[in-house]
Amino acid sequence: MNMEDGLCLTLGLPGRNEPDTESCYKNNNNNNNNKRSQPEYNDDSIESKGSSIAKESDMDTAPAPKSQVVGWPPVRNYRRINFQAKKVETESGIYVKVSMDGAPYLRKIDLKVYKGYPELLKALENMFKLTIGYKGSEYAPTYEDKDGDWMLVGDVPWEMFIVSCKRMRIMKGSEAKGLGCNV
Amino acid sequence: MDPNHKRSKTVDRVDSKTESTQFPDEVLERVLSLIKSNKDRSSASLVCKDWYNAERWSRRHVFIGNCYSVSPEIVAARFPKIRSVTIKGKPRFSDFNLVPDDWGADIFPWLNVFATAYPFLEELRLKRMAVSDESLEFLATKFVEFKKISMLSCDGFSTNGLKAIATHCKNLTELDIQENGIDDLGGHWLSCFPESLTSLEVLNFSSLNSEVCFKALEKLVSRSKSLRVLKVNRNISLDQLQILLSHAPQLMELGTGTFMQELVSGPVTGLKNAFSNCKKLLTLSGLWDATPLYLPVIYSACANLTFLNLSYATLRSDELANLLSHCKCLRRLWLLDTVGDKGLEAVGTSCPLLEELRVFPADPFDQEILLGVTESGFVSVSRGCPNLRYVLYFCRQMTNAAVATIAKNCPNFTHFRLCIMNPGQPDYLTKEPMDEAFGSIVKTCPNLQRLAVSGLLTDRTFEYIGKYAKNLETLSVAFAGSTDLGMECVLGGCPKLRKLEIRDCPFGNSAFLSGVGKYESMRSLWMSACNVTINACRTLAKERPRLNVEVMKDEGGCNDGQAHKVYVYRTVAGRRKDAPPFVLTL
Repeated sequence: MNMEDGLCLTLGLPGRNEPDTESCYKNNNNNNNNKRSQPEYNDDSIESKGSSIAKESDMDTAPAPKSQVVGWPPVRNYRRINFQAKKVETESGIYVKVSMDGAPYLRKIDLKVYKGYPELLKALENMFKLTIGYKGSEYAPTYEDKDGDWMLVGDVPWEMFIVSCKRMRIMKGSEAKGLGCNV
Repeated sequence: MDPNHKRSKTVDRVDSKTESTQFPDEVLERVLSLIKSNKDRSSASLVCKDWYNAERWSRRHVFIGNCYSVSPEIVAARFPKIRSVTIKGKPRFSDFNLVPDDWGADIFPWLNVFATAYPFLEELRLKRMAVSDESLEFLATKFVEFKKISMLSCDGFSTNGLKAIATHCKNLTELDIQENGIDDLGGHWLSCFPESLTSLEVLNFSSLNSEVCFKALEKLVSRSKSLRVLKVNRNISLDQLQILLSHAPQLMELGTGTFMQELVSGPVTGLKNAFSNCKKLLTLSGLWDATPLYLPVIYSACANLTFLNLSYATLRSDELANLLSHCKCLRRLWLLDTVGDKGLEAVGTSCPLLEELRVFPADPFDQEILLGVTESGFVSVSRGCPNLRYVLYFCRQMTNAAVATIAKNCPNFTHFRLCIMNPGQPDYLTKEPMDEAFGSIVKTCPNLQRLAVSGLLTDRTFEYIGKYAKNLETLSVAFAGSTDLGMECVLGGCPKLRKLEIRDCPFGNSAFLSGVGKYESMRSLWMSACNVTINACRTLAKERPRLNVEVMKDEGGCNDGQAHKVYVYRTVAGRRKDAPPFVLTL
């Protein structure tokens, strides 16, 4: 893959070389779930309807607030379970800026589209036409968290990451060497 | 009186004065059969023996507000010709996990007696009952005329029970499954409806999670020409919904499935037309995952809507405002607090006829979140909706001044349920208790029947309630009050009180026992995590043998003499025989 192609100013989707103005407009409609405008990342992200609801409510591993009182607030179980399942599925996308050292402009990605770190890194590699990882790569993916600290991508569980990630930066060069990648 | 002989008196009585007013039994029965209200029927039955008899023979529906207040045998003996029964079981706080699962309220003993007493039973409506699959199968096979079943907040059954109903009830017109603790083993039950069943009027399976076979559903809907209520579950897509609507344009109540789809197979106008063809639609619910992308398809149906349930749709204020501008006739509206105060402003401006508003919290258990609605949203609604009667409002902050304004704007409240989600929270501006807020409600709203209080409250709140809330029937109290005086004021001051439920309040024995003369006039009292001792419970039980005083043991046992959970209710059936080991009837 040609590095220059990746850095050319286009209105295209990440990973595509031809500009596609129509999909750009779709991208702007961030009420729509993002899947429509990034078809190559769709397959793993679409969850089958029935089972996903059960899955999401099983996945309710959010730690209980410190002083949770039994039966308070008086919200019926049914409503609580139902909403938690829905919340994970329908919250509008988590868009974060991604900068790459040396690139003249930033990109934006929707973290909700990816199921985990491998997909995210693959997407970044496609977007910026580079390889991230341990094979003597010059690049390390980092992110700024809620506290303003710059962290290496991959240390925390995926669910925690997408909630705490404010922006990303793909570090290059001597700073990156030795950081490797934790995924 | 022998229940098998209708005519317990002859027509010719030796009493010239009253001769002209002696009706034959058949006439009296015919007249009384026109009385539908159970309250009026109860009054009629007290007039004299003849009226008592005529009433019991002509009654077709019985409502049992507490399944343990009476036994099925007593009901069957008094009312020989019942066709429809409504039964409520567990105390309301069981909805919030305060009652262990195997507490009781099993429907089976009732069905067992009904199988012989009412073999032609047609209708059963259950709330907070324990229902097993065996019970449902029994119901489906023993009652040949059975037509309608509705279950709300029940538990103990699975979709296998629904299979039995679908398979065996040849005359089914209503299957209404709402918010139950159901073991969802799959959607196959729906395919069990036979091809010959064409009488369905109500089908509600919105609370079930598994996918049903769409082909089976489509065929069922298309052959059910009298279908007026259809509420599907979230698995039904927009495409599928469109197909269903094309078969059932006569629907009056619709619960949609998911309102988000990647790509609808036809143009969006197809969906729009499907909705606009439903000219009789009055109620709309479901709308899971609704976004502005597809929400506009319902606009044409909105003009006639009287009830819109958006409590499963995470709408924002602007999305709600756009939608509501089409809903001028709305009387009842349920929302999630994601709409915010701005969304509630839109409610105030768009829905002048609104009578009922319920705002549920999208994230009740996350204490970090500071979103949701505040006092200002509630005030906006009250300004635009003077006909408000029923409000359920979950919020994280409130002020006394706001509630006073709300009461002034809406003096017609019959149901006022305010839940400030942080227990014991004061007026966030003045830091004072919220006493004056509820004071203004009870002073300004003479028709108040139901009240739920929250926030930091002293005895003053309860003094107000006892002094002013003369029509109050149901009161819910949590984390409130300072001394026994509070509860005593309520028990002493509210003549129409029927249900009192209290949790986590400092009321003790003196307050508890002050109601000794009152509890028989009430349906029930619940007190948990208060200061009542077991001895006080024993005292009450001894004083009033027609009350069941039940104490529920916590896991730690009753070592400290405290009664952690007390449930007191009047009964003519004596102590219950099915009490589990952790329930002590004193």
